[in-house]
Amino acid sequence: MDNLFVEKYCHIKNNSIFVDGKLVYADKDAEGLRAFAKSAYRHLKPSYNKFFKMDEISKLGFVAAEVLISDIELSSYSEEDISIIISNSDSTLVTDKNHQDTIDDFDNFFPSPKVFVYTLPNIMIGEISIRHKLKGENTFFIVEKFNEELIVNHINSLFLTHKSKAFVGGWVNQSEDDYEAFLFWASDKGGVPFNALEMKRLYNIIT
Amino acid sequence: MIYFKSSNIISSLGFDTKETFTSMLRGEIGIKSINNKKYYPEAFPASMIDEVKLDKEFDLIAIKYANTKKYTKLEKMLILSVVDALSKTDVDIKSKRTAIILSTTKGNIDLLSGDNNSFDSKRVLLWKLGEMIQDFFNNPNKIIVISNACISGVLAIVTAAMYINADMYDNVVVAGGDIVSRFVVSGFMSFMSLSPTACKPFDINRDGLSLGEAAGTVIVSRFENKNQQNIIFKGGATANDANHISGPSRTAEGSFIAISKAFAEADMSPNQINHISAHGTATPYNDEMESIAIERHNLLHASVNSIKGYLGHTLGAAGIIETAILLEEMEQNIILKTAGFENSGVSQPINIVSDNTNKEISCCLKMASGFGGSNAAMIISKG
Repeated sequence: MDNLFVEKYCHIKNNSIFVDGKLVYADKDAEGLRAFAKSAYRHLKPSYNKFFKMDEISKLGFVAAEVLISDIELSSYSEEDISIIISNSDSTLVTDKNHQDTIDDFDNFFPSPKVFVYTLPNIMIGEISIRHKLKGENTFFIVEKFNEELIVNHINSLFLTHKSKAFVGGWVNQSEDDYEAFLFWASDKGGVPFNALEMKRLYNIIT
Repeated sequence: MIYFKSSNIISSLGFDTKETFTSMLRGEIGIKSINNKKYYPEAFPASMIDEVKLDKEFDLIAIKYANTKKYTKLEKMLILSVVDALSKTDVDIKSKRTAIILSTTKGNIDLLSGDNNSFDSKRVLLWKLGEMIQDFFNNPNKIIVISNACISGVLAIVTAAMYINADMYDNVVVAGGDIVSRFVVSGFMSFMSLSPTACKPFDINRDGLSLGEAAGTVIVSRFENKNQQNIIFKGGATANDANHISGPSRTAEGSFIAISKAFAEADMSPNQINHISAHGTATPYNDEMESIAIERHNLLHASVNSIKGYLGHTLGAAGIIETAILLEEMEQNIILKTAGFENSGVSQPINIVSDNTNKEISCCLKMASGFGGSNAAMIISKG
């Protein structure tokens, strides 16, 4: 086939994880993203210690990718043919503020490389790449709201120019009082037609 | 075909590409010791924009555009950069067929500190920074903001070319910028990756990077420049090392893949490349990794330089201003020496340019790598 399809997608919001629109895990008692990410990790049991050193938004992206990719047969692609194209509106604002808190006052000055390294949004792409051995194209976009046309056009262009065959794409955002992830797996193996209209529908399927 | 139309660099060495290039050719180094507690408790070397000059030049532009809004330092740098690059072309910035792509890592991050409270807190968000630039120029398309660490600039240019090829636009204005801030200086200091002196790319005594602030613009188009030498985008790609978030692959895995894919798109082979503009940050690992990528692709015959020794690492601007300098080098057939370099300190026998060299340059490779295991490569040639 020479068209892309959304083979699978997942949403994480309001302490709940949905796959293809269906609830697969919830922990309503978890307070905030840090607690929910930990709860989801315990549920998924990936046995991946690097998870615990990640910042909160990388944990969110990691959990979403874990759920999304778990039953995809990655070995049917070469590593360099799987790309990750993610977007959000707040970049790494929460982590930025954590770093800023360590440098505001020279009498109480303790910047840490472990925090600073996470003040770039594409570090999340790096973490997902390391976990699943994905070596394809990477782009992190910053947009005010989820922009289905941008994501669809970008991924389609990479696909049509033969730069990549399969894609992890979507939205992973953490603001100061909320968080939201929507990741999809796009390939030529069938599923929901890969266009902006369908992408918008899938993004909004969990309200 | 995708053509490079014009460029601009706003840096410590000049406010346009030619001025910056000419300063570099004279051997001027923009990296100076900065002793200002606004940024860091101790002195550190960095390449900084002259703010008095910036404000003066910006005020003239604001009057011309009848714009009375208040802008941050970075916004002023970016707007000036785009105005200058546009002035050298007939590209209509208000057309639906013209897009703007912005490359930045941290945008207006200095607004986070509370010392600059006169701006709306949203201004620290990168899409808002983009919106300020888009609105200044009345561009009808939603600005596209890419924040992908140190490959952002090269990635933005490669993306622009891809969108023109897909017939989404006729022209794309690719602008990039980042400032030196307490946020970034403290972060790199905590990593112990800043050199105590101006950085020394590929040198045996290299001991870390230098930071710099800059804005840059390149305009790419499906329309060629009439009656002059054209430089063409041939191919480009990114790839991830899938190895480590803050250190490059020891086998240059991602860089190797990105270069392979760039060659595939360009439909060219390594023996056609005669010059390489490296990322060359002067950290021990980055430069070594690049030498391995160059060797693995049988590119040892090509000359290699890095301009980080003049302007430091300008993060989101780096790939764009380095491409602007590369275009100038190709136009003038002069390769700039790698400032700070004396004796090779990388394992592969790559051909590092240590003196300004006159040489016919027909086809070049631009490399970039960054945190998150990201790598980018782009091939450009004379048309």
